[in-house]
Amino acid sequence: MSKNSFVIAVYVENKYGVLTRVTSMFTRRGFNIDTLTVGETEDPNYSRITISLSNEKTDRAQLINQLKKLYNVKKVEVISPDMAIKRELMLIKVKNSPDTRAEIRDTASVFRAKIIDYSADAMCLEITGDTNKIDAFIDNMKPFGIIEMCRTGIVALERGPESMLSK
Amino acid sequence: MRLSGAEIVVETLIEQGIKTIFGYPGGTVIDIYDQLYRNSDRIEHILAAHEQGAAHAADGYARASGEVGVVLATSGPGATNLVTGIANAYLDSVPMLAITGNVPNSLIGRDSFQEIDITGITLPITKHNFFVHRVEDLADTLREAIRIAKSGRPGPVLVDIPKDVQGAKCEFISAKPVEKKGGVPADDADVAKAASMIAEAGRPFIYFGGGAVRAGAGELIAKLADKIDAYIGCSMMGLSEVPVSNKRFLGMQGMHGHYASSKAMAKSDLIIGVGVRFSDRATGNTSKFSAGARKIQIDIDSAELGKNVDINLGAACDICDFLTKLIDKVEAKQLPNWEAKIEKLKGQEAEQEFTDFLPADAVRAVSEIVTPDTEIATDVGQHQMWVAQYFGFEGKRTWISSGGLGTMGFGMGAAIGSSYGSGKRTVLFTGDGSFGMNLNELATAVTYNVPLTIVLFNNGVLGMVRQWQTLFYDKKYSNTTLNRKTDFVALAESFGAKGYRANDLESFKKAFADAYSQEGPTLIDLTIDKDLKVLPMMRPGGTFDKLIIGEEAEE
Repeated sequence: MSKNSFVIAVYVENKYGVLTRVTSMFTRRGFNIDTLTVGETEDPNYSRITISLSNEKTDRAQLINQLKKLYNVKKVEVISPDMAIKRELMLIKVKNSPDTRAEIRDTASVFRAKIIDYSADAMCLEITGDTNKIDAFIDNMKPFGIIEMCRTGIVALERGPESMLSK
Repeated sequence: MRLSGAEIVVETLIEQGIKTIFGYPGGTVIDIYDQLYRNSDRIEHILAAHEQGAAHAADGYARASGEVGVVLATSGPGATNLVTGIANAYLDSVPMLAITGNVPNSLIGRDSFQEIDITGITLPITKHNFFVHRVEDLADTLREAIRIAKSGRPGPVLVDIPKDVQGAKCEFISAKPVEKKGGVPADDADVAKAASMIAEAGRPFIYFGGGAVRAGAGELIAKLADKIDAYIGCSMMGLSEVPVSNKRFLGMQGMHGHYASSKAMAKSDLIIGVGVRFSDRATGNTSKFSAGARKIQIDIDSAELGKNVDINLGAACDICDFLTKLIDKVEAKQLPNWEAKIEKLKGQEAEQEFTDFLPADAVRAVSEIVTPDTEIATDVGQHQMWVAQYFGFEGKRTWISSGGLGTMGFGMGAAIGSSYGSGKRTVLFTGDGSFGMNLNELATAVTYNVPLTIVLFNNGVLGMVRQWQTLFYDKKYSNTTLNRKTDFVALAESFGAKGYRANDLESFKKAFADAYSQEGPTLIDLTIDKDLKVLPMMRPGGTFDKLIIGEEAEE
């Protein structure tokens, strides 16, 4: 991810079709999404969409204003980089062989990744961390032979005692 | 009171003060039409010839009246035929409620007969839309849809109602008409900053658009201009909000704007944008657009601030509140040098020769004959620009024209709707190209004896595209020469409207005077030359320094 990346958190009504409305606006206005995650929040009436973008040409103010205009959007915030706690989760399946087994385990242990499935030919690992850590872990796994991988995209919260809804 | 969904639709519309709706029946709205039949003494339904015409009629109704225009259509093709009309309302921020039927919930998602995902289709062209799953939600959804349509920056809202919801019953409790939510009050710091920018300016220019029309800000704009010695121009969407008789009003801006207006804005050192989005058709090359001027932008929609051009001060708030506070705060000033520059520009404009030709003369003649409250509707193309340039608008909300979407075929439906919206006569200017797109609505105008005078500029070509082909495509007239044999007078007569033929100013004036005095719809076929141009013209992506004003561009 480039240094121009930024993360937006969007509280939306937890209703049918709302995700489509949000992503449709991105398409229509030409904003390019890097990652997008969505899930329930502390308030069951709302879902939180976390979107990361990296295009340096993106007009942030325009993006925020357009998001705010959507009827089902309750709140929009750019997560300030200084205050952000960002995490991503990845599941990765790599080739397993007697020659590489120990090294994979050592690497996993350094990155605090967990082995969650194991067979003679392959193992599946789970890792959580910020994007850089996950990118680095992928680089380390490449020599062993990556069979399949799946990343969740970024979820983010701001440090401190407040919630976005209460602000 | 337990009512069916169809009854709830009609009762809610009546409760919300809707008196007239436009539409076209079909399988999934029969229940609603049944209720319209039973309640025809309480709510009027105008049957269009095509759903697109009905949508444009609702649009024209809203523009003329300032109220929400309502259109009703069936599922499938009925709904898709609304799409252009909805998009047109969206791009011009017109408050509209579109109600569509859909197949019963049990058939949704199975590609059933006349099933279409109209909420999906209209997602990017509505302010918001709703699919009503349960009859219990129906009344409140319609109320909320109306509130959204007219609140803040207005726009179209669609409500899709499956047939089983129309048949199901639930308790209905009537409510008061929903209040529209206006903009937030102006921020005093913004007003103070604007006042100090005005104090520093030597050549202030107020540039307003459709937002000023929606807010009814014309008088305040004129008052501000008087106080700070500013001149006024508008986008095409702003026409009719400030009367052309106002000496400070220089006319429309932009690609085909008035010479003095466009030049004055280019020479100004402070542009005060009021309810205007600085669209590409109005600014030309945005990076070179009025580079020497500081810019203030006041708009009810925060997303418009700085969207198309960089600005020095943006205020997202109620326009009228901002202007009222600004007029109070700002120091009065006199700028004799600015006035002298403007007078010079006006002089140059008056000397230009291209203002005297048949369609321009015809527009001016109509302008002299009609009452100031007559609605002036247009289609899209050369005729539209000529009306924008040469008609002397004096009455507010009398300009009914498709701006953002530029919809050929808008005129007939919109003219019918605007006549209902204003309760007054409408004059529609159209071209043979645009008229050909939705002339079926002549049937509607005749059926309802709509007070409508149609002035058709007939040049046998698609004039605006031809003009571009002449100027930029080496006179290769690809598919813009119509070669049709349509006799528009006979056509009008066949629909039951009186037709007139004219080919010069005298015969036109005579025909128009007679046509305008008729009660119902009339059509005048005025033959014009196919090589007339809309001038001045700024090249697409160009600047106001070099306008095409005759055969050649300015040096």
